Amino acid sequence: MCRSSVCISINWLEEDLRLVSTGRRPHLELMQRMNMNKNKIWGDLVFRGLTAAFASGIALIFIAIILVLWQQSQPSITKFGFSFLTSMSWNPVQEHFGALIPIVGTLLSTFLALVFAIPLSLGIALFLAELAPHWLRAPFGTAIELLAAIPSIVYGMWGLFVLGPLMADYVQPFLKKTLGFLPFFSGPSMGIGMLTAGLVLTLMIIPFISSVTRDVFLMVPQPLKEAAYGLGCTTWEVVRDIMIPYGRKGIAGAIFLGMGRALGETMAVTFVIGNAYHLSWSLFSPGNSIASTLANEFTEADGTIYLSSLIELGLVLFLITLIILSLAQIWLRRSQTGRT
Amino acid sequence: MNEVMYRQATTGQGTGMKKNTMAMELGPQRKLEMGEIKLSIRHLNFYYGDKQALFDNTLDIAARKVTAFIGPSGCGKSTHIRTYNRMFELYKGFRAEGEIMIDGINLLDTSIPALHLRHRVGMIFQKPTPFPMSVFDNIAYGLKLHNSFSASEIEGRVEKALRDAALWDEVQGKLHHPGTALSGGQQQRLCIARALAVEPDVLLMDEPCSALDPIATAKIEELIEELKGKLTIVIVTHNMQQAARVSDFTAYMYMGKLMEFGTTSTIFMNPVRKETEDYVTGRFG
Repeated sequence: MCRSSVCISINWLEEDLRLVSTGRRPHLELMQRMNMNKNKIWGDLVFRGLTAAFASGIALIFIAIILVLWQQSQPSITKFGFSFLTSMSWNPVQEHFGALIPIVGTLLSTFLALVFAIPLSLGIALFLAELAPHWLRAPFGTAIELLAAIPSIVYGMWGLFVLGPLMADYVQPFLKKTLGFLPFFSGPSMGIGMLTAGLVLTLMIIPFISSVTRDVFLMVPQPLKEAAYGLGCTTWEVVRDIMIPYGRKGIAGAIFLGMGRALGETMAVTFVIGNAYHLSWSLFSPGNSIASTLANEFTEADGTIYLSSLIELGLVLFLITLIILSLAQIWLRRSQTGRT
Repeated sequence: MNEVMYRQATTGQGTGMKKNTMAMELGPQRKLEMGEIKLSIRHLNFYYGDKQALFDNTLDIAARKVTAFIGPSGCGKSTHIRTYNRMFELYKGFRAEGEIMIDGINLLDTSIPALHLRHRVGMIFQKPTPFPMSVFDNIAYGLKLHNSFSASEIEGRVEKALRDAALWDEVQGKLHHPGTALSGGQQQRLCIARALAVEPDVLLMDEPCSALDPIATAKIEELIEELKGKLTIVIVTHNMQQAARVSDFTAYMYMGKLMEFGTTSTIFMNPVRKETEDYVTGRFG
């Protein structure tokens, strides 16, 4: 229940409105006796209505997106049914479409990006919030944030022309030599592929995760840290046992932000993922993601089924993002009470 | 302490006696008998960058007694006690000069890492600072940092610390609830228990009750009363009644200088300096 004076006044006004037929307005009289300004309270009522309208606009857009995607993908849904999600074949000529490869590609490239980006971003955030000399913090922090301002096509081209050849010439041969007994590091060193896509995504989500995490670390109350130092903790112990647990929720939020971005990233991934409908254990082999499939094929989609399959692919991406973020929220809430 | 020892100490003779017993000369012609000394602060100066915040503070803190620091806001009370555990080292440009002796070790000796000294000087802050973990872990955490106790030993020590902090009966059933779920007063006693668990020599309290309601404050004051036979307590407070209630010795500070130091009854009933009298009687500050 809202107990602020504004809410109470609004409740009073609403009750008075219900009593209009009786001709009595007890609360208004009370307010007049209490010298409260009616216009001011109406102003608050209008303001509340406006903000509620804006907020519900978001929900409406959300529902509209789902509806349109659902409706437009009907032909493909009726034709392929559930097998759309499990089939590996993507054949525009025979008009047979299955989304398994792009789904796996999206999830795998995002997973790789998170594996690399989470520790790196935590380190960057800690450096910026705790360890860096003060004169370095602002410029360094801004530089990291600027990484987020680089257009994704620039990342894509850099990945294709710079990172790709480096991967093919040095990184992949090295991994093959040292870890080649694992199926993940086998196959030809082409430079572009799942691993390269994951690395480019890593670079792209680091600014999001690290700058939000830095702000989370900066919000840890100073006395809390001092209390830990006071017990004789080292800086590392304060970070591990106090700052990270204290900021868990915020850090998780930062990671989800980065993950959401990685799931939907289109241009940069399209450049480096290889765009092949091919499923392999090897991280060197080219694959495809949902977003890059859409980017590559939307203009070429001529048949109804082809177009509708692409739209269903968009629906799948939308649902994947929704499900992962919801699960993350639930997990976060549960682990917070479960930890007690 | 007998008369002879007292005279020896005040005149600086018989240095052998000086280690544990000494008397201080403070204020105009006032001698102070203190019993065993835990901390000897000599010529303590403190700087926030270029700004000097403490000027030549010299006093002794009696062992197993409560010493209160009073004075108007910004007078340097908190700054003063925060030098005892070198907390200022966390911040750039802050530095302290002088000597703070505890059992023959200078706490300000930079060749000894602060890490090894801090657990000897526990600290309680204005707002409770429970760690983001369970009630049990809040206390076990400090124990595990410095020792390799067995699980049962830790359990025993956690219980003892909670009993010492007069919190055991209230949290007995919720040891595995988060520390942050306790009430403000309970959180503050949890922090005291956490500090007690590592068996410090000195407990610093920086306005420990200013964020608490009167009932929680009364409990903390009761607790201070119970603890003072066991360890040395130094408390900073804005509340003069509190200083008068809980402390044995009182230091009045103003503008970074130690204006007057003596037994609490003298400072409140019969201060030497006019400024001290004005402050404790509420005419100033």
